[in-house]
Amino acid sequence: MPPTTRSQTKWARCEMSEVSIVTISGPPQGAPSIELDPHVAYLLRLADDNLVLAQRLGEWISRGPDLEEDIALGNIGLDHLGVARNLLTHAGEVEGAGRDEDELAMKRTERQYLNLVLCEQPNGDFAQTMARQLFIDAWQVPLWEELSESTNETLAGIAQKAVKEARYHLRHSATWVVRLGDGTSESHGRMQAAVDRLWRYTGEAFLGDDVDEEMMARGIGVEPTLLRPRWLETVTGVLEEATLEAPEDDYIRAGGRLGYHTEHLGHLLAEMQWMQRTYPGATW
Amino acid sequence: MTYDVPDTGEEFLTESDAAEGYPLWEVFVRQRRGLSHVHSGSLHAPDAETALQAARDVYTRRQEGASIWVVPSTSISAFEPEAALDFYEASGKEYRHATYYQIPDEVGQM
Amino acid sequence: MSAAAPIDPEARFQSIVDAEDKIEPTDWMPEGYRKTLIRQIAQHAHSEVIGMQPEGNWISRAPTLRRKAILMAKVQDEAGHGLYLYSAAETLGVSRDEMFDLLHRGKHKYSSIFNYPTLTWADMGAIGWLVDGAAITNQVMLTRCSYGPYARAMVRICREESFHQRQGYEILLTLCRGTHEQQEMAQDAVNRWWWPSLMMFGPSDSESSHTEQSMAWKIKRVSNDDLRQEFVDMTVPQAEFLGVSLPDPDLAWNPERNHYDFGAIDWDEFWAVVKGDGPLNRERIEHKVKAWEDNAWVREAAVAHGAKKRRETAA
Repeated sequence: MPPTTRSQTKWARCEMSEVSIVTISGPPQGAPSIELDPHVAYLLRLADDNLVLAQRLGEWISRGPDLEEDIALGNIGLDHLGVARNLLTHAGEVEGAGRDEDELAMKRTERQYLNLVLCEQPNGDFAQTMARQLFIDAWQVPLWEELSESTNETLAGIAQKAVKEARYHLRHSATWVVRLGDGTSESHGRMQAAVDRLWRYTGEAFLGDDVDEEMMARGIGVEPTLLRPRWLETVTGVLEEATLEAPEDDYIRAGGRLGYHTEHLGHLLAEMQWMQRTYPGATW
Repeated sequence: MTYDVPDTGEEFLTESDAAEGYPLWEVFVRQRRGLSHVHSGSLHAPDAETALQAARDVYTRRQEGASIWVVPSTSISAFEPEAALDFYEASGKEYRHATYYQIPDEVGQM
Repeated sequence: MSAAAPIDPEARFQSIVDAEDKIEPTDWMPEGYRKTLIRQIAQHAHSEVIGMQPEGNWISRAPTLRRKAILMAKVQDEAGHGLYLYSAAETLGVSRDEMFDLLHRGKHKYSSIFNYPTLTWADMGAIGWLVDGAAITNQVMLTRCSYGPYARAMVRICREESFHQRQGYEILLTLCRGTHEQQEMAQDAVNRWWWPSLMMFGPSDSESSHTEQSMAWKIKRVSNDDLRQEFVDMTVPQAEFLGVSLPDPDLAWNPERNHYDFGAIDWDEFWAVVKGDGPLNRERIEHKVKAWEDNAWVREAAVAHGAKKRRETAA
């Protein structure tokens, strides 16, 4: 059983299943870990993934390759936004400090956001967006399937709704990755470049820490490493059909789960939170 | 949204250099069990899989339980009613219509 | 019934129209009817698509998650409406790609209202209330249009439109009941969007060369001036309820006419915007063209992949 990362581990080296030794890059020496109730942290992590994705997908509106795809991306964004809102509301209730979905979304800082760094990566071109979505969808399907059995009824309910949407999302992203990988030489080049560029962010989803351990012990959460085999099977299957190479990279950029993000998140939040920070206390 | 866009007097052009795009598909939707598929409109897509996904987004607004058919527009053969004047012999075939027959009331609905 | 005598197709066409029946794609129709409809439906579709830009501008900055979700859904609806309308236009023998090309090259127009910028969050309220309000005034009329596919697309659009105007009004209501800064924001937005909304109905019918023919063909059912008056009469009480003033010193109820009198529209501004010299005409088209051209490789890949699959299946 590979050792899971603890929240204070920095430059760890560990085995990821039977494949290889990888280097995990996370918060550096001296960076404190986030103090938060594990149940709240667990929910915020999943909420933030979906909120950040929704924000990214919304950027495609009026910029898509065609009208049908504009609608598709907008709808997928709306799905992620819906899941985020459900999880944020639930997290606020569990926390019991009176924070609602907007308090949590609009008033937390870039060090308090707990999404996977993969989610905050820019849209780039359509290939990069589809690569990001494929990597997320292939993880969210088994994630929501497992969480549908959570002993926490609210989380199970959210997961049961989310899994239906995630299957639809996976169909969409997988179809596009195949189409672009096995399309023209230009689309193949762009698709391969996108896969190469984002691969380093995909490992974070399968690292576990004490928050995950605590939630698993309570029967509420799911073991992250458990999801990797299914993710890998889905992704390698799609890449193969798309005539693309899975990168051989022994580096994982992690840290998002601990509030240690890439430089993109700050800008995303600045835009998203602008109104509430400029007009404090107002109702909209 | 509807807007009146005034004619500025420019020559209307139907010619353009637009390249060939995605083919056109006709969409048929059965909203729920018990109904039949109804023609809902059309859309452009490169293949059937995308056409189905797009039809689900556009013509059912992601409704669960809606059944969708997509057909390449070029696959549809059509018959138009104005051709009926040539197609049918209109006289002498009334026996094909149920109202021709008198059924006594005692027999009930038929 | 014996075999019918040959019918004059134009007379037959007009009798269908006069009977409030629908003309369908394979019916004979005058070339002028077909061309006018292509232009009208296409430009209506273009309006929906270009209209996604001003509202799309505020999705990333919507002040709450609920407002973000509503705005995203509204803009998606507009994309869908554009799609229905392009489909309707295609039944007349023009392809969507051709229509895009005409839009990109400036040969096709779209509603003048979308050439104005959305500068504050309150603009989302003003657009929903005024612009969608103006659209709704026009909409019921078009469900009675003589051309079947267009009328049916309009029925579908009307059914989905119900929340668009309400959500805009709700945004403004919240602002008007909010902080002083929010009230000022709302008033500022109304000041900027009122007159452009009146201009949406187009020039006075005495200036419009096509009105009479369009009425005879039942493509247009109510005159521009009548629609504009209907809109003003509906909207003024709504403004009073909000507590915003409308930027027209000549606006006043006229008991003799039983309508609101309103001031003169600046037709110079209107024609400048229609001809391409409004605040954002160039940028709106540049944005559309960029999205289209930057993603050409995506569409080419999809077509290429589709062709590969068909060859494989055939082999």
